[in-house]
Amino acid sequence: MLNLSIQYFAILREQRGLEREQISTAAATPQALYEELRAKYNFSLPADRVRAAIEGEFVASTTPLREGQTVVFIPPVAGG
Amino acid sequence: MPIDPGAFRSSLQDARAGACVTFEGWVRDHNDGRAVQRLEYEAFGELAEREGERILAEARQKFGVLAVTCVHRVGVLEVGQLAVWVGVIAAHRGAAFDACRYVIDEVKARVPIWKKEHYQDGSTEWINGATRTDSGQPHLS
Repeated sequence: MLNLSIQYFAILREQRGLEREQISTAAATPQALYEELRAKYNFSLPADRVRAAIEGEFVASTTPLREGQTVVFIPPVAGG
Repeated sequence: MPIDPGAFRSSLQDARAGACVTFEGWVRDHNDGRAVQRLEYEAFGELAEREGERILAEARQKFGVLAVTCVHRVGVLEVGQLAVWVGVIAAHRGAAFDACRYVIDEVKARVPIWKKEHYQDGSTEWINGATRTDSGQPHLS
């Protein structure tokens, strides 16, 4: 199990009801972790619409997660 | 803090520049057939700044411009307000136009900023914008 810090923004923040949390997970990648959280909290966005950032930098959704990391899920961006 | 276009434009002074091109993104009163009252922008600031700087560096590299600046507001904006500003100076106008276009297009595709629309009827919606996939291919909703 990995202990991670998760940060949520925008629609994910609203659907989770939190900006951030500490979690413990058996998920090995951001994609697997998102699927786990999505099932648990009923997020509307499918995994293929959500990008991940680890330690403040974009990562591939299949990047291995490591203990103590901060993971941020990035819904489809809409700036500008 | 409202964007002051004049101040940002003044910061782009360079005697080698023959062209200055700027873009302003304003809050519009309609989207997808719905009447918009205001917008709310939210950003993952740390990564937004970093990705924004990368985009500016790419623009300088690709188009050989002298300077390029982009600023984006967060928070609640009313219709007509300025949400984003891009300014480019270059020796000639071709590169300036191209770089300006590049910056706003890339910002819209890549920077972790989100927009929530507030409609006249009181409802709100997070806009599903662009998701560049891992392969780098843009995927527009």
